[in-house]
Amino acid sequence: MGSTVLASHQDLTRQLAWSRREFLRTGAAMALGSTLFPNPIALAGVPIKKRKVVVITFGGGARDQETFAPEGQENIPHLMRELFPQSTFFTQVINRGILGHYVATASLATGVYETINNFASLPPEHPTVFEYFRKDLKRPSSDAWIVAPSNGFNRIGESNNRGYGPGLGGSVILPKHLLTAAMSGRTTDYEHLLRDNYESPLFVPDLGGNEFQLKQLELMLKLSVDDFKSHALTLSSPDELSLYIARRLMRQLAPSLLWITLHDIDIAHAGAYSLYIEGIRRTDRLCAEMWKAIQSEPEYAGHTALFILPDFGRDSDDNSGGNGFQHHRTGDALSRTTWMMALGPGIREGVLYDRALQSTDLVPTLGSLLGFSASFAQGKPVEELL
Amino acid sequence: MMPIFPHELKPEHFSRYPPQAKKFVIDYIAVLQRLPLSFLPSVLREAIEYDYKFPLERKTLERELANLNSLSAEEFKEWVQDFAQIRLSVALQDFDWINSPAQFVEQLSSHLWTTHQLDAFRTAALAYADRLNAAVPLEAPKAPRLGITVVGQSVASYDGPLFRKLRAHGAYYSRVNPKDGLRALLDAVAARAKAHPAPYAHWYIDGDMQAEHDVALTSISYGALGAPRAALLGKIRAEIARPGMGPEALRTHLAQLRPADLGLANGNEVLDRFCIKMLTEGSGTQIFSTTFVQWTTREALRRAQPLTLLARFAPRQRQRPMNEMLEATAESAEFDPVGSLVDADMGAYYNWVNQQRLAGANESAFLVWFEGQSQALAIGPTTPRGTTSNSATSLEQILASLA
Repeated sequence: MGSTVLASHQDLTRQLAWSRREFLRTGAAMALGSTLFPNPIALAGVPIKKRKVVVITFGGGARDQETFAPEGQENIPHLMRELFPQSTFFTQVINRGILGHYVATASLATGVYETINNFASLPPEHPTVFEYFRKDLKRPSSDAWIVAPSNGFNRIGESNNRGYGPGLGGSVILPKHLLTAAMSGRTTDYEHLLRDNYESPLFVPDLGGNEFQLKQLELMLKLSVDDFKSHALTLSSPDELSLYIARRLMRQLAPSLLWITLHDIDIAHAGAYSLYIEGIRRTDRLCAEMWKAIQSEPEYAGHTALFILPDFGRDSDDNSGGNGFQHHRTGDALSRTTWMMALGPGIREGVLYDRALQSTDLVPTLGSLLGFSASFAQGKPVEELL
Repeated sequence: MMPIFPHELKPEHFSRYPPQAKKFVIDYIAVLQRLPLSFLPSVLREAIEYDYKFPLERKTLERELANLNSLSAEEFKEWVQDFAQIRLSVALQDFDWINSPAQFVEQLSSHLWTTHQLDAFRTAALAYADRLNAAVPLEAPKAPRLGITVVGQSVASYDGPLFRKLRAHGAYYSRVNPKDGLRALLDAVAARAKAHPAPYAHWYIDGDMQAEHDVALTSISYGALGAPRAALLGKIRAEIARPGMGPEALRTHLAQLRPADLGLANGNEVLDRFCIKMLTEGSGTQIFSTTFVQWTTREALRRAQPLTLLARFAPRQRQRPMNEMLEATAESAEFDPVGSLVDADMGAYYNWVNQQRLAGANESAFLVWFEGQSQALAIGPTTPRGTTSNSATSLEQILASLA
């Protein structure tokens, strides 16, 4: 009986990938990767010092039926029409780790399935991509940045590994903390940008901003508190605030490794389907905006790869142990299986691969592209991107 | 306190259990002693609530343990051996799983994720459930079930497509006479309650205040729970402000709340306990009425297995930062009727899915209606699937076609 259940789990995962592939083939006119020859123009053609990578993860995945399935494609017009045709798309990225957003993002960033407490403010146990990048390539802290939501993510930049760790990690910027600091606690008119972590909807984390964060704003981002506050008023969600800060970082510091974690979709945990769909639509738009920003910034255009992937999926409607889109608690195939798209110079356009990758493959792949060795990572480089 | 292992269980270990729960576990102590520690607290989590369970839940639990009791030694081993392979931490072994089985299960879940044993546990659980369903099949309901969901209160018009997920399963009606529609539905539910009287067999759940309804119905509403919700949100705010408080500690605190802590005292402890679980265990049920109706319907179906359930969605408050929503009062809340209709449309689909998980699914019927409007959809054993009717009709006529 046990092997039967396992087999059906694997079948479900394969079916999921197959469906996604068919949806994309029909919806975005993409080709199957196995039918193509290797692309002769690779990122390898760009000098290693000039190569840059931007990673966007979604904290709170979205299901196919709200995205790639025919009935869901209306929610992702930018991904479908603008980005998919320019990307190499992997239909089956499996997360075999813990399905909590902080720990899963930490796993994506280390290439190891981390087991730290999802709700505690702890560093990852294994070296992060930022540490490999900085130590191996002798890069300054200004060259690796993480833009993240508030809950716990302030520790994601560097691990507690003895060979790496303090001083070698990426710089973490928490836009909501910045805004709180800029407002000196008076956040009227800005509450919509300070929405909280939803994974445990009733727990509202403390959003303290401090002097250091204001210095980040003025010294590094060259942004006055007043300008920041005025621009923030034009934004509609925390993820829009994150993207604004990310673009500011790109303009002022041009980091070679930039990691952005979006979080609006995770309102799904509060059980309101319409808000979950709004989150998907906003994320779709923000991903396209980031790709446009990459192409329009001289420091990035022509030598930057963009990776977009949810940290994991959400529960299926068919699993009686869950409650459909609301959570990702069952560990079923749908909640573990997600996708990844990659765009950039040398990355084939309009190509689909449906072989199974693991979430832990991302860091070794970034290592191969940028020239560092992710020696502790469990995953393997994705050959189709190299 | 020294850790206790299942085989060491004695009747006196259950001295803190409510009276009927205590009698129940002592009656079955011989079989409980043989269950692995990775599994036993899941049983005790249900058993400790025995006094506050619905009649069908009690019966289901009794049948499960009676079945385990009837197995030969070899069969018993086969049924639970996969659970016995699960490795537990010392902390879990030392935990007071007898008196706090729900908290144990919560920590077990975390342990399974952390130690990468979740898949093994799920495999064991599915295998056990398959065996149990084969040995102790679900009992057919006394009458075919009827689920009714009402969506879209306060929405004057909506151009988007409705009931998309349900259309393939039933008949869509575009010209339903909406006059006195809610009254017709409540009357139909009341008639079923009279025709098939049984405790907790006929439910009415409302996202606002309840409309006038027959006393034979088990009724819960988001509006009537306003004072307990406010009390709960006050406690949540106080807990969050405490140093060192985190989401897990908050959840544990909420799980320990009793009806009296929130001023719930309807004189029906089974229903009061059910209500408090909706508010303390549901995610978003405290702040969004649409989530409250969907989750409460799911849990009523899963636990009470009613013959009839009418769920009526109402506008929820507009999204704001969580700390503001925790402080919102009925007077201060702004509403989002159209967003609530989208929530309710998906909620109707989940209501149907959850009803179909119960015994007698092939004979069950379901109706969803856009309140005050002319759109409805019906699903029944003889309803043609994937069809559209543009003929003038009434909710009474549609209900008659489902009978």
